[in-house]
Amino acid sequence: MSGARRIGEVVLSVQDVSLSFGGVRALQEVSFDVREHEVRAIIGPNGAGKSSMLNVLNGVYHPQKGTIRFRGQEFADMESHRAAEMGIARTFQNIALFKGMSVLDNIMAGRNLKMRTNLLLQALRIGPALREEIEHREVVERIIDFLEIQAYRKMQVGRLPYGLQKRVDLARALAMEPSVLLLDEPMAGMNLEEKQDMCRFILDVNDQFGTTIVLIEHDMGVVMDISDRVVVLDYGRKIGDGTPDEVRGNQAVIDAYLGVKH
Amino acid sequence: MRKNWPVILLGAVLLTGLVLPLATGASPPGFYIEVLLGGLMAGVLYSLVALGFALIFKASGVFNFAQGAMVLFAALAVARLAERMPLWAAMLLALAIMVVLAWLIERLVLRPLVNQEGVALLMATLGVTYFLDGFGQTVWGSDIYSIELGIAKEPVMVLEKLFQGGILVNKEDFVAAVVAAALVLGLALFFQKTATGRALRAVADDHQAAQSVGIPLNRIWVIVWSVAGLVALVAGVIWGSKLGVQFSLSQVALKALPVVILGGFTSVTGAVIGGLIIGVGEKMAEVFLSPILVKTFDLAGGGIENWFAYVLALLFLLVRPEGLFGEKHIDRV
Amino acid sequence: MLYRENGQFKSTYSSDQQMLPILQDRVLMGALLVAAFVAVPLLISDYVFLSLLIPFLILTLAAIGLNLLVGYCGQISIGHAAFMAVGAYAAYNLSQRIPQLNFLVVLVLAGLIAAAAGILFGLPSLRIKGLYLAVATLAAQFFMDWLFARVKWFTNYSPSGSVSPPAIELFGWVIDSPPEKYVFLLGVLVVFTLLAKNLVRAHIGREWMAMRDMDVAAEVIGIRPVYAKLTAFAVSSFYVGVAGALWGFVHLGSWEPLAFNLNLSLNLLFMIIIGGMGSLLGSYFGAAFIVALPILLNQVPAWLGMPISTEMASHLEFMIFGALIVLFLIVEPHGLARLWAIGKEKLRLWPFPH
Repeated sequence: MSGARRIGEVVLSVQDVSLSFGGVRALQEVSFDVREHEVRAIIGPNGAGKSSMLNVLNGVYHPQKGTIRFRGQEFADMESHRAAEMGIARTFQNIALFKGMSVLDNIMAGRNLKMRTNLLLQALRIGPALREEIEHREVVERIIDFLEIQAYRKMQVGRLPYGLQKRVDLARALAMEPSVLLLDEPMAGMNLEEKQDMCRFILDVNDQFGTTIVLIEHDMGVVMDISDRVVVLDYGRKIGDGTPDEVRGNQAVIDAYLGVKH
Repeated sequence: MRKNWPVILLGAVLLTGLVLPLATGASPPGFYIEVLLGGLMAGVLYSLVALGFALIFKASGVFNFAQGAMVLFAALAVARLAERMPLWAAMLLALAIMVVLAWLIERLVLRPLVNQEGVALLMATLGVTYFLDGFGQTVWGSDIYSIELGIAKEPVMVLEKLFQGGILVNKEDFVAAVVAAALVLGLALFFQKTATGRALRAVADDHQAAQSVGIPLNRIWVIVWSVAGLVALVAGVIWGSKLGVQFSLSQVALKALPVVILGGFTSVTGAVIGGLIIGVGEKMAEVFLSPILVKTFDLAGGGIENWFAYVLALLFLLVRPEGLFGEKHIDRV
Repeated sequence: MLYRENGQFKSTYSSDQQMLPILQDRVLMGALLVAAFVAVPLLISDYVFLSLLIPFLILTLAAIGLNLLVGYCGQISIGHAAFMAVGAYAAYNLSQRIPQLNFLVVLVLAGLIAAAAGILFGLPSLRIKGLYLAVATLAAQFFMDWLFARVKWFTNYSPSGSVSPPAIELFGWVIDSPPEKYVFLLGVLVVFTLLAKNLVRAHIGREWMAMRDMDVAAEVIGIRPVYAKLTAFAVSSFYVGVAGALWGFVHLGSWEPLAFNLNLSLNLLFMIIIGGMGSLLGSYFGAAFIVALPILLNQVPAWLGMPISTEMASHLEFMIFGALIVLFLIVEPHGLARLWAIGKEKLRLWPFPH
């Protein structure tokens, strides 16, 4: 694991974020920060509000209270496409891929923010429009190589097995060249080998591109191995925050996982 | 809550428009009341068709574009059968036919499409409409037929002492209103008080959850569509006796779409209130607004009522998509 | 074994991305174009042009337009003939009031005006979708029906309410015979198909498809829903507006406002359902089917010795349409285009079973 020297300043933080759906309180006054280049894990029992937290971080849900700070700018309400424009990308627990498109097209869709030619040029497919298609295709092919999915690039994503779909989801997020990558249970439903592959990919992304990673994960082994710091949520509240070792020894965390009433 | 002002604004504009002809004295009060009543009666008829929509949507989440064609089919059946047998027998037989039709539609069209999204179902019911149109006319013929309900068709003059010249009221329309009210009441009780009604509401909320507690989905759907068939029959008979049974009936039934938008797709009350609003709004707009527009813009005739309902629905969709009585939809990711 | 890609390797991205990557496809397309442009005008009778080919070409253009909106971007519209009307009346007024304009310019301007109308009536799609949007598009349909019937300016104050523009004249070439009309329309259609294909392969096409498949995820990767939906409405209405102008000028010759009614809108929708949503080829198939069916229904029973009345034929048409819509939605939601693609797959393997 690379040393703490590479970890930079706070790049993303939430203060006192509260989120409710009707009567259900998903998050209650949660605050934590994320430093540049680090791998931050969010863990907690089921229903703790982890996915909701991620959704708040990139603007899919709007919290009733609290603020989000990204690179010094403060937001109470952020549209998810604004978050994307600012450099936050994510993957989904249930793989929100575009089922009607091929793997290649899905990942190319991730390049969308960088493609700027106007409608007319696209319709004529000349000059800048044509060059753009080829340039971005090259970038996407490098990502495909990186995630080792070359054989599937022309297939419709709906036909791929679950593990490969998750990789395409990751590829699409990477195509956005994000500075912060939010991963929602990237290893759910995978066997040991697939998990090892995915771990390797995530660490490589963090190493080679310096991308800050925030991930939700249930596998404690993975969390302890790859994360720099960990946030623990339970029933929508933060009950632990620190390095993996600190959190492992935290009594409140142990109680939450063992189901001790509090 | 802070987003409520567009709704209030829209309501205010509509109310102003409603009261204006009377307030400015542009029309004699008797005439105004007549137009109002005419609108209410038309509204009742729209409500009847919209009820069918709302029922099916409430119970199965299917937007039954074919409701209009079902109304026409039912009306045709009654009209033609009544040529050979007494009216009550014709209606019973037609009801049986409608129930069978409902079962067929559920079996052949809905069940295979149960997992598709709403738009696919909409288009399927569109297909059913076309099929029923052609089939109905093949079986029953395409002339204009009439349904004789035995109610006097001549309008009656009432309240001559209160308003100068009195007000013309149509007996037929009055009966229609009463029947519609009775139907609505019956349905409301059915949904709220009976076990089947509860099951229907459960199904409307979440198919899978309802199935998992043992509610027989398919049987429920057949019940719902049969009830919708009944409603279509009543609507068809009333419309048919008023307008004559002809092809344009299914076009008229199309107007019920804006009604459910105003009222809320899942609300029986909404279908009624929405129908009344549309009926009154349309008539008022046509009688009082059209002449103004024709004069100001030198138009070749009126006809606002052809689009008034839809534009009103459009405005409602922008400010209050769930309608007056519908349920708000929360999308969870 | 004829239809194999063996030996056809692509060494550049641009060759991989070309429209017809398989050599056999390119050969076929070339032959088809030659046949369409050269052989057909020489060999086909006027009747076939007027009753089949000319309506087919124009309706395919309209179907492509609607397909871009519904099939590629996932926004439903059941009142799209309203924009055909806008295009037709715009073209009429432009050609009448500014006669010096070249007809191609008139077409493009008419398309742009239709596009503007499309954006206006597409605004509701920013807040509502699915069934609700469908009903909103009906508002466009009925409003336009009324507008062109009542506002006399549009029909140049014609007393009967109908308009009859003269034959199209392009750089001195008067297009009034059926083969001439056919060649003109074919040229327009080929160009527009090419443009549509390019759009669909470019990033706007992927934006549209992303909005269709999962709009929440689309937003998350940075697609702005407003831009995607409104461009879909705009481009779609442009195509449909041009088609409307051509429908009025070339096919109908003269028309009244109800020429672009709900029935036409629903027919367009049926074309793309049966032909295949999200497929340009499907638009061709669907249009061909809708144009051919009434003719078949009129002729075939007579051939078989069982003539049926025109009324009966029209009822049958309705029944067959309706039944086919339901059938396709259940069995093959991707329409004839998918069946065609499956056929091609089998052809690639032929004579081997797999």
